[in-house]
Amino acid sequence: MSTTVYVPCDSGALSLGAERVARAIAAEAKNRHVDIKLVRNGSRGLFWLEPMVEVATPKGRIAYGPVQAKDVPALFEAGFLQGGKHPLCQGPTEEIPYLKNQERLTNARVGITDPLSLEDYLAHEGYRGLKNALNMARVDIVKAVTDSGLRGRGGAAFPTGIKWNTVLNAQSDQKYIVCNADEGDSGTFSDRMIMEGDPFVLIEGMTIAGLAVGATHGYIYLRVEYPQAHKHLNAAIAAAYQAGYLGQSICGSGKAFDLEVRLGAGAYVCGEETSLLESLEGKRGLVRFKPPLPAIKGLFGQPTVINNVISLASVPIILDKGGEYYRDFGMGRSRGTLPIQLAGNVKRPGLVEKAFGITLRELLYDYGGGSASGRPIRAVQVGGPLGSYLPESQFDTPLDYEAFAAIWAVLGHGGVVVFDDTVDMARMARYAMEFCAIESCGKCTPCRIGSTRGVEVIDKIIDNQDRASNIALLRDLSDTLLNSSLCALGGMTPYPVLSALNHFPEDFGDGGNKQAAA
Amino acid sequence: MTNESAMSQLRWDQNRVAAVIDSLKSKPGALLPILHGIQDALGYIPKDSVPLIARELNLSRAEVHGVITFYHYFRETPPGRHTIHLCRAESCQSMNGAGLEAHAKVRLGIDYHETTDDGAFSLEPVYCLGNCACSPALMIDGEVYGRVTPEGFDEILSEARSQA
Repeated sequence: MSTTVYVPCDSGALSLGAERVARAIAAEAKNRHVDIKLVRNGSRGLFWLEPMVEVATPKGRIAYGPVQAKDVPALFEAGFLQGGKHPLCQGPTEEIPYLKNQERLTNARVGITDPLSLEDYLAHEGYRGLKNALNMARVDIVKAVTDSGLRGRGGAAFPTGIKWNTVLNAQSDQKYIVCNADEGDSGTFSDRMIMEGDPFVLIEGMTIAGLAVGATHGYIYLRVEYPQAHKHLNAAIAAAYQAGYLGQSICGSGKAFDLEVRLGAGAYVCGEETSLLESLEGKRGLVRFKPPLPAIKGLFGQPTVINNVISLASVPIILDKGGEYYRDFGMGRSRGTLPIQLAGNVKRPGLVEKAFGITLRELLYDYGGGSASGRPIRAVQVGGPLGSYLPESQFDTPLDYEAFAAIWAVLGHGGVVVFDDTVDMARMARYAMEFCAIESCGKCTPCRIGSTRGVEVIDKIIDNQDRASNIALLRDLSDTLLNSSLCALGGMTPYPVLSALNHFPEDFGDGGNKQAAA
Repeated sequence: MTNESAMSQLRWDQNRVAAVIDSLKSKPGALLPILHGIQDALGYIPKDSVPLIARELNLSRAEVHGVITFYHYFRETPPGRHTIHLCRAESCQSMNGAGLEAHAKVRLGIDYHETTDDGAFSLEPVYCLGNCACSPALMIDGEVYGRVTPEGFDEILSEARSQA
């Protein structure tokens, strides 16, 4: 009898040697004349255990990790194909507390299925949302999304249903669905894990969006730094066309939806929605003035739904199980779940999909297990390079859009980057300004010039030149960026800069905190 | 200038570039797909291919040049045989990315945006590879490596050298 062995093809697992492990397992099985079926699944998101190999047994899937190619002969010796004991054995995968305590709605299939198998997708509740949507009126599809309370997971947290409703009501012969897959925020990888680990769920979500607003063409704007996601998306799109889930008549309904992937070219600012649209049109990614909103005048001047990967990938389960089902997770005005990405200097980094409301402390210590270096955690940056740095005194903040706004921080796309006590926060503030200078599109002056001046001022502070007045100048400059930039790049760079200054004044010499927080 | 241009004429295949443009120019918003196509085929976008692209898309040369230079990923000079994209973002910094960066520059003897004298390696900064749970990370010729130590970096280099 053939035993199924799972070795992830997620690029995180591959970056740690999963390909060599897969080859070693295939070779060893052949040598021993053992019949195995090797499935390349996505990652479960337990990255300290990657490459994590799983074996299907009558008692469920048993996990082994982190496995290197050199461990493979010993695993066979230990009878891992029957779930045998070995120092790398983690027991039943589903019982690993890190995974067991999650609420995986959007990532329900990631790590479980073969991401490129449409059959596998269908066997795990795939395309049930689309099936429902095909029998619903457009307004009812939009209503289900509105009722779910889903807010944009890219970072801005704008209610998805309201955005869709605007496009639904816009009059035009051609409308578009655009997926923002330009996941540029450092510390985030949930979009990548969905696209590599369950690409069909994104395709299904975009197809439903097309049905909902009357759009017949979709684009996935994918960052060029994600070659594995590119391969998986293209393969899944081809399979969906082949099976009639994309094309001129979706599932024989007579309704059309076409979908293609377009690659970005390494510009962070193209994650800003209007810059992304310019880029899709073949131009420099300069941010547009708003209004008009993309929902009214978006891609090629037409009404356009532009949503993040996670927002769109959350739509199928909402249409399958209903808006109320999704809304029942979460707290306050933050409904549903957030795929949180634990990254940086943390012992157990990975993907934690939880209902809103979990505290940062629970994440950092219960899930993350503290720092990787074993030193105290000093600062945590939440929400990407434009997110605030939080000190230990704020670790009890629940993950909720409003709770974070109240402490002048952002949840953003759910990235959590951990730093131990060796971090120099003045250097991190300098880096935030430097990053803004490198990535500024150049359209507005505060961002284009202010970021370069910001680097210079912080250099003077670090160099102990006239510190008090340069710190005052940095606050003044940050105020200009905050209030007069065209988009979030310039407008939010002060978050990491000022939070570093306010919470860690000792790193800026004395006088850092003489003025009140912005 | 003329000399450089003549050299460049010898270096890239106009027919390949024309074929890329021809296969993609009817797409809406075709410029980025075309630039990717050319860079995939040649490793870079030759400066003197700009008039050809501009003519086919009915754009000005300034517009095409503007787009090429806006995006960090596009390059106008031939890369080394292997391109290393080293992540400089926060998550990698928290795991001694700066140490890896310093090691890489010393080991290769080049700074960012440069190519080694033997033409083997180009070094480019990248701002996140989405491998932040396995920091620090780098990508070489499209393949991502995680938790890269200085010793690991040297192994990656020698592996690449043995392929070349």
